[in-house]
Amino acid sequence: MQQLIYFFQKFKYFLFFLLLEFIALLFTFNNLNFHKSKFVNSANAITGGLYSQTKNISEYWSLKPKNKLLAQENARLKNLLEKTVSINLIKDSTIIDSIRYQQKFTFTTAKIINNNYSKTFNFLTLNKGKNSGIKREMAVINSKGIIGITDNSSSRYSRVQSILNRNSKINARLKNSNYFGTLSWNGKDYNIVQLSDLPRQAPLKIGDTIETGGKSTIFPEGIFIGTISKIDEGNSADNKVDVALFNDMSNLEYVYVIKNYHKEEIKSLEEQNE
Amino acid sequence: MNKPLNMVTLFIFLLFLQVFVLNNILFLDSINPYLYIVFVFLYPLKTNRIPFLFYSFLLGLLVDFFSDSGGIHAFSILYIAYIRLFFIRIYFRKVATDFAFFKLKSESFGKVFNYVVTLTVIHHLIYFTFANFSFQNLSNVISNTLFSCVFTLTLYFLGTYLFTKNE
Repeated sequence: MQQLIYFFQKFKYFLFFLLLEFIALLFTFNNLNFHKSKFVNSANAITGGLYSQTKNISEYWSLKPKNKLLAQENARLKNLLEKTVSINLIKDSTIIDSIRYQQKFTFTTAKIINNNYSKTFNFLTLNKGKNSGIKREMAVINSKGIIGITDNSSSRYSRVQSILNRNSKINARLKNSNYFGTLSWNGKDYNIVQLSDLPRQAPLKIGDTIETGGKSTIFPEGIFIGTISKIDEGNSADNKVDVALFNDMSNLEYVYVIKNYHKEEIKSLEEQNE
Repeated sequence: MNKPLNMVTLFIFLLFLQVFVLNNILFLDSINPYLYIVFVFLYPLKTNRIPFLFYSFLLGLLVDFFSDSGGIHAFSILYIAYIRLFFIRIYFRKVATDFAFFKLKSESFGKVFNYVVTLTVIHHLIYFTFANFSFQNLSNVISNTLFSCVFTLTLYFLGTYLFTKNE
């Protein structure tokens, strides 16, 4: 017993050091795991509050470009609306059946108060959380394309796993054909992401548009991602192409968080079949 | 101003400087200085090292909270905080009785330079290795370490040059 106490006395600094290093490693590993990142993240009241304070000051510098972006998006949506109106006019009559009508997605606006894009595991912080109905595993997009998936939320803030995160995997497809693959990021250039596991027979051309595939319960289908910028000529097993993003991930401000009303139903159905 | 209060001010100042100013520099899209490790250089040497280790860990963890990096900053700053004594023994040839009178200011520039550069390189290497967390992109780790080290050290020596009074 005496020896044990003597041992602790002699190595107390080293043991204390080892204990703290172990705690730090634990946080690191938990942070890399999408389903475990509970404790150390910027979506708590203190860091979130401080970030939103600084954002309030700095956002004045980007008001003009954001206004332009909004106007562009409005124009695009007005055009879409005009199309549907003209289609409805061609028909003799339209059936309005309120029972059959079902809204599948809702969109909530939120502001990015902290943005990372230079690391290998990047996260963003939003200024809305559980109070606004934002939970984990919801899609985050803006007018130009996809941004990420929410992974943790407190009552007023939430953290988003960016597509620029090596753990991120998103179902994506070619716009002109319905061949789909997995979108991931290799951690190098924040403008380029990789689309892999495409079927061999898929026709690929540089400049083809990539969009979300709608095979997951998180993203609705047809949200823009980017264009093919490089095709791997070699016969590698995963048939990978580089995709240049439409979004400039270093310059983001307002986003939409998408909630899927059918998610629970789809999930429970899929679990039944297993 | 008395010593403990000085250190508390330094702690808070370095934390906010790191997370609100330096984390947003992103020179050439990826190069950031990590100046919060100055806390390890400036904390006075004491025989009881437990508080020092704990405060260093806490500073790292708070930086982690803000930059969503798990516990990487805490891990790397704690490591250099622990091995600091070893390098003080090597570079400044101090023994335990000298520790109470040890001051970085009163040492010659060459020794201080060696000491600061060694600790900074070790910290940055550990940090970027963990931030990358794979055996791919090792060249990225090396280049990031080098450039960020140069950045951090430049800021540190400029800072000490500006803020020390000539007596």
